[in-house]
Amino acid sequence: MNVAETPFDFVTASYLTRIGNQSAGTLAELLTGLEHCSDASIFYHTFQTLGSHHFLTEGFSNDFAQWTLSSTNRNDLAEQLAALDIRDYTSIAALRTDLCCMVRDFCIAQPQVTSQSGLERFYFCESVEVTVPLGHSARNLDEFRDGLTHLSHAAFYFHFISSRLRLQLQTNDFSHWLSSSLGLRTLADSINHIDVYTNTLDSARGKMLRLIDRERKKV
Amino acid sequence: MSEVLLASRIPLENYADVVGAGEIEELRALAKPLRGRSMEMINSTAVGGGVAEILNRLVPLAEELDLSIRWDVMRGAEEFFDVTKSFHNALHGEPYQAKRKDFDIFLSYNEQNRATLPLDAEFMVIHDPQPAALIDGRPPGSNHWVWRCHIDLSHPNRAVWEFLEKFVSRYDGAMFSSPEFSRQLPISQYLFYPAIDPLSEKNCPLDSEFVQQVLHRYQIDPQRPILTQISRFDRLKDPVGVIRAYRIVKRYFDCQLVLAGGSASDDPESALVLKEVVRAADRDPDIKILELPAWAPLEVNALQRASTVVVQKSLREGFGLTVSEALWKKKPVVASAVGGIPTQIIHKHTGLLAHSVEGTAYQIRFLLSHPEIAAKLGEHGHEHVKENFLITQKLKRYLALFLMLDRRI
Repeated sequence: MNVAETPFDFVTASYLTRIGNQSAGTLAELLTGLEHCSDASIFYHTFQTLGSHHFLTEGFSNDFAQWTLSSTNRNDLAEQLAALDIRDYTSIAALRTDLCCMVRDFCIAQPQVTSQSGLERFYFCESVEVTVPLGHSARNLDEFRDGLTHLSHAAFYFHFISSRLRLQLQTNDFSHWLSSSLGLRTLADSINHIDVYTNTLDSARGKMLRLIDRERKKV
Repeated sequence: MSEVLLASRIPLENYADVVGAGEIEELRALAKPLRGRSMEMINSTAVGGGVAEILNRLVPLAEELDLSIRWDVMRGAEEFFDVTKSFHNALHGEPYQAKRKDFDIFLSYNEQNRATLPLDAEFMVIHDPQPAALIDGRPPGSNHWVWRCHIDLSHPNRAVWEFLEKFVSRYDGAMFSSPEFSRQLPISQYLFYPAIDPLSEKNCPLDSEFVQQVLHRYQIDPQRPILTQISRFDRLKDPVGVIRAYRIVKRYFDCQLVLAGGSASDDPESALVLKEVVRAADRDPDIKILELPAWAPLEVNALQRASTVVVQKSLREGFGLTVSEALWKKKPVVASAVGGIPTQIIHKHTGLLAHSVEGTAYQIRFLLSHPEIAAKLGEHGHEHVKENFLITQKLKRYLALFLMLDRRI
């Protein structure tokens, strides 16, 4: 069994949601907000529901889509926004550009609805992440599997979802370590391709454990 | 001094069965850098209402993590609580004619409390408007002060808010139950959900025999649908509106209505509202109006568990923790789309939202007609509370906040 020179240090994270000063009541205002909000805010609204509503696998792919559907009743735009997959992007800037394009194109095509007030306002928020080491680490696949099994949802979210912001949306902490420290590139890729939109955090972890077990049998 | 002494203590390990061992390990890891640092919570009542209930559970849990935490209640006479109740309603958007005398009374009691409360902990958490002016007693350049607002400030009375804003702006941060409640302030604002304790007497699992005994005691028929609203007798909870909704449902279903609530020591209006509710019930034998003592948690628990549908038809709401209590018990909930309720009730996923008496009645009828949908909403609601609105999550947010203030992230 491969032993890594650099161990995987399990970390836990707690998240505070900082409420920004921007909000939107219309699609035109949503566009303005998208153009000017922080990168952290774009990330928060495209990913936070995967943490807080992870038990639901329908209807909540991102906050922009959800608000467009529930507050402005524009199913067509909501479906376009919901179809965005953050794994297709290599930067928040590119993701922001596409979000803005979708809303802008819609506003140009349907100017009559651009200024109609939605039922509720959309509030731009962002996460403040506070991390603390859990005090255990892994140097091989067995230890890694054991650590993964005992992680809380927040710690799992931190390593599997939130890490994508740090890693420029290319990968996640688990895949990054498996590939760079244990040389298990195929396993790392398979884990990175687990669909975070249609899985709950628990089912994503279950799939990950099954992939790891398959790898362990090869040894 | 008015430090609150807490009676019951539940070992932190007991929560592992509910939230998982990983969550407990995580709490310990987050608390470790804060050991030996002092924290003080201040609010205006030790009994009744959501804030006191949360602090009653949160403070002992923080002590379980070896944190040095105390909870103080500010002191005030009737005239102070009359004023703060008016402020509370005005901040919720109710009509109010600002009077200079009211502001003077408010400031005078805050000044008196500044003289008796320690206010020297490293992390000071001031809850709600009543003690907001204690910030005047902040020692120069030392500890961290944050203001936790539990009420809906989306449409506040301008005069009252402008008065309070002068104090709030001097805190290091403010926490609100919904982004909608936040204001344009020069300080950072955070989203902070209230929480329930799954192991408290109000939420712990109960024997069905005990539940039946409670129903028998209050002459509630277990064979017929039971609609329940648990809340203080407060006009903003619209108990009379619930009776009107029940009367519509009653045309289609032979149901009963339970309106159960206590009173808080800082709410002088509740006796008047109770009279209005009794009058509106008009001696209907299927409407049970139960004035429970402030600590009848087991009875509340039993009534919620026995309910077919739980209702929360508030006109304004800070957060509405009774909704989380019902969801935790996997109950289908019909609630108004006000305040923090839409955060708990994701419409058609974790419950049903309504905007009127008629809408409330319609959603109740829908759930009584479709028990399988009601059960699914209850299941999802339970998961939603587990992830977001349990006391362990709340404690975690406080730990993160203190760490963040300390590290100045």
